[in-house]
Amino acid sequence: MSNFNSADIAAFKDVWVFCEQREGKLMPTDLELISKGRDLANELGVNLCGLLLGGEGIAEAAKELGGYGADKVIVCESPLLSVYNTDAYTKVICDVIEDLKPEAFLIGATNIGRDLAPRCAARLHTGLCADCTHLDIDVANYIQFLRESSTLDVDGQKWDMEDRNLKMTRPAFGGHLMATIICPRFRPCMATVRPGVMKKNAFDEAKAAAVEIVKPAFELTEADLKTEVVEVVKAAKKLVDLIGADYIVSVGRGISKDVEGGIKLAEELAEVLGGVVGGSRATIDSGWLSADHQVGQTGKTVHPKVYIALGISGAIQHKAGMQDSECIIAVNKNDTAPIFEIADYGICGDLFKVTPLLIEAIKAAKAAK
Amino acid sequence: MKIFVSIKQVPDTSGKVAVNPDGTLNRASMQTITNPDDMNALEAALKLKDETGCKVIVVTMGPPPAAGMLREALAMGADEAVLVSAREFGGSDTYATSQVLAAAIDTIGVEDDDLVICGRQAIDGDTAQVGPQIGEKLGLPQITYAADIKMDGKTVTVQRMLEDGYMTIKTQTPCLITCIKELNEPRYMSVGGVFEAYSKPLTTMGYDALKDHALIDATTIGLKGSPTNIFKSFTPPQKGAGMMMEGADKATCEELAGILAKKHII
Amino acid sequence: MDFHLTNEQLMLRKMYRDFAENEVRPLAEEIDEEERFPMETVEKMAKLGMMGIYFPKEYGGAGGDVLAYAMAVEELAKVCGTTAVILSAHTSLCCAPIFENGTEEQKKKYLPDLLSGRKIGAFGLTEPNAGTDASGQQTTAVLDESGENYILNGSKCFITNGTVAETFVVFAMTDKSKGNKGISAFIVEKSFPGFSVGKHEKKMGIRGSSTCDLIFEDCIVPKENLLGKEGKGFAIAMKTLDGGRIGIASQALGLGEGAVNEAIKYTQERVQFGKRLSQFQNTQFQLADMHTRMQAAQYLVYAAAMKKQNHEDYSMDASMAKLFAAEAASDVTRRAVQLFGGYGYTREYPVERMMRDAKITEIYEGTSEVQRMVIASRLGVK
Repeated sequence: MSNFNSADIAAFKDVWVFCEQREGKLMPTDLELISKGRDLANELGVNLCGLLLGGEGIAEAAKELGGYGADKVIVCESPLLSVYNTDAYTKVICDVIEDLKPEAFLIGATNIGRDLAPRCAARLHTGLCADCTHLDIDVANYIQFLRESSTLDVDGQKWDMEDRNLKMTRPAFGGHLMATIICPRFRPCMATVRPGVMKKNAFDEAKAAAVEIVKPAFELTEADLKTEVVEVVKAAKKLVDLIGADYIVSVGRGISKDVEGGIKLAEELAEVLGGVVGGSRATIDSGWLSADHQVGQTGKTVHPKVYIALGISGAIQHKAGMQDSECIIAVNKNDTAPIFEIADYGICGDLFKVTPLLIEAIKAAKAAK
Repeated sequence: MKIFVSIKQVPDTSGKVAVNPDGTLNRASMQTITNPDDMNALEAALKLKDETGCKVIVVTMGPPPAAGMLREALAMGADEAVLVSAREFGGSDTYATSQVLAAAIDTIGVEDDDLVICGRQAIDGDTAQVGPQIGEKLGLPQITYAADIKMDGKTVTVQRMLEDGYMTIKTQTPCLITCIKELNEPRYMSVGGVFEAYSKPLTTMGYDALKDHALIDATTIGLKGSPTNIFKSFTPPQKGAGMMMEGADKATCEELAGILAKKHII
Repeated sequence: MDFHLTNEQLMLRKMYRDFAENEVRPLAEEIDEEERFPMETVEKMAKLGMMGIYFPKEYGGAGGDVLAYAMAVEELAKVCGTTAVILSAHTSLCCAPIFENGTEEQKKKYLPDLLSGRKIGAFGLTEPNAGTDASGQQTTAVLDESGENYILNGSKCFITNGTVAETFVVFAMTDKSKGNKGISAFIVEKSFPGFSVGKHEKKMGIRGSSTCDLIFEDCIVPKENLLGKEGKGFAIAMKTLDGGRIGIASQALGLGEGAVNEAIKYTQERVQFGKRLSQFQNTQFQLADMHTRMQAAQYLVYAAAMKKQNHEDYSMDASMAKLFAAEAASDVTRRAVQLFGGYGYTREYPVERMMRDAKITEIYEGTSEVQRMVIASRLGVK
């Protein structure tokens, strides 16, 4: 593909989404990205393509991708692709991209996506923006986004309303700053997108049936693989699904005087609500909760219907992971705790006293419904 | 055997962060630290040095004050340090940064039994891109998110973390590994190490030292060679003040539950 | 006096601070409450070369300087007075006299274990009837008939690190008729026959440090363990205490600085009368005074450390540093408790511990009164 030139912008078209699979199953974030990719493709007036790599038979997942908005699914099947391998995936993806030239390429910011994307961007000589939480093409939409989500004086600035660059927004410096990144001179414009952030579309049966499957030729041999996956081990313990939860009860340093009791209270409250338990970084660093419970900049970003923070002071790193929750309730002994600045409802008191009362009150309120 | 460890000096975002009126970060007002994941990378290298007696070379790209961070790495036990620093390299995004670092490492020379170890990501940008991009540009296989590293001759076996478990991956040197904090507990500098740190070699590689390298030209380094640009940067607005409930007793909790039920939140 | 710290010293301060914050602070409350010697901390300090900071590498030291050592004690004391004195007593009172007075054989035999922290050191001078008046030693050392061993009889009290140390520098009368000049110094190993450790003292502060009696009942000490010449023990003890005072002054300095840090943090959080405490002028003035006193103490301590490093006569400097730093620490920690109010008096906050810990710095290794005697005599005032 020696004639590939990432700077020849006019040659690139379509929005692609890398559809990660593990054990032949799509990742939830694939559907979020397909849904978002649909919006972007519409704004550009181009096709949305899913890019699906896997073992024999992986093409069967294409329909589901169609149902969430993909016009086409590009499928590469090989036994060498059934389990993720950096060398194999990078080679196949870069070869296909050099051939078919998409203008935007979205990848879920999973551990695998963040291994793969930079490698591809470096090989293709193009720009990559990591862990995006917001994407726009249309400038009008972007301006509207800034109005809602920034302190910028939007009206005091000049805007090129014809700008067709993908505007990739992401938090930086531990969530203290947001940056919108563009990649104006090279294509494809690449972004990894934080799981759990983009909203999934409704499934459309008609679109699912109409999805077109494309199987491009590609070359891949054992010799291309410099690393060998010896085994894949699923965590023995079921990990907490914070991202998909509607109700999260999180605990922080405030439980230190009775860690077990504090966690037990949080579990009870979560059970009453039908939710799960999360924790601040302090609780994970202290070994009170395992890492899959961590909410925040270095943990998971969540947006449940209700987020209850028990004994969490609200460091900015924590807030970065939960401030978009629909309703935030905070219980903290210290009335100046920063968590109260973003809480919809705050109770200043001892979590060990308040939580049992809250559990009873919510039980009663639910029963009365 | 040599191990290159790529490290970065970053503002300490765990403390107070000052933002300028124009929405950029007021770096001058902030403490700098060695990026936490990079400390795990350095520790991984030093552990291998303890086992095999190999040489550890720390490399950073940054302004001259980053030399202080390199001295600390030497005080922890690294053998040599390289500061890659030039005006021409300023403003680099991850693509351009990895281009320069790869050129610097390649100039020193990656041999058959060498390793390059990086932190997973830096806390200022959180991109996790520079490591893999150095790997690509040096043509090295990579293993990211390492939670355990074992060496047996030239065979490297790494436990690579996934969200729902891990993969065990095997490869041969030379290769590139990026480390997560679960990998190890970084050591402190030692007193003896501190007193040796200033007599260990710390070299600066400027533009002249790298300009003839195949990876380096005006279209691949610095602000001009960066594929990505910052379009806007801004601070998120504070969410409007919520409601502080009166008291913290049974009545308070009942009132709150009532509000939530009424709003169909529960 | 050049107060410009070297790059190495600045880097070490950062290392000590990280270490103290992450490894020492979390244990401070517990070891005080339980009167528990923090052996795990000593092991960690040993790994980092902190048990032999200013001694040459050839004996297993870290090759640093005296100020680097003083700074270590200071940073440890900011978060835990106990840990600071463990290091100070080990370094100044055991390693230093062996290094400064020992024969090559003695240095080679004892220093590597001590400086690497494999063994902890202690110092036995004080006796029930020989405290400030150290010349009143009643422990005796007599050469046995073979002429190969000294036989020690007597007891020592208030010995820091006593229950955990394996190597002791001990003083005893070899010739009562000569008074001070009849005192000799010995290196005593814990395993020597006739040596035992007595009762453990319950103390007001530095409660995690071990303080106990040493008992010598026909204790057999080989002749080659005589430290320095016979009759030179008193001079060795006094010189050792000069150095020790730098350590204790550093401990006092750290305790006071730690209390200032705690008070600054707390008064910016605590709200009374609708204002943060730090907004009241009284608080501001208190904090200004407290910081100024500790800063002055730091200059005195660092100056004494630098003079010792440069082999200048630092005896008076060490006394002034200890006198001032100890009194400043007692004053500043007491004021910190006052700023904290009722909470300051509880064990929920560390300032009451700091206040208890600070008091001893006015007493051990020469009371404040002894320091004044030393200073006055150096002034030639008779």
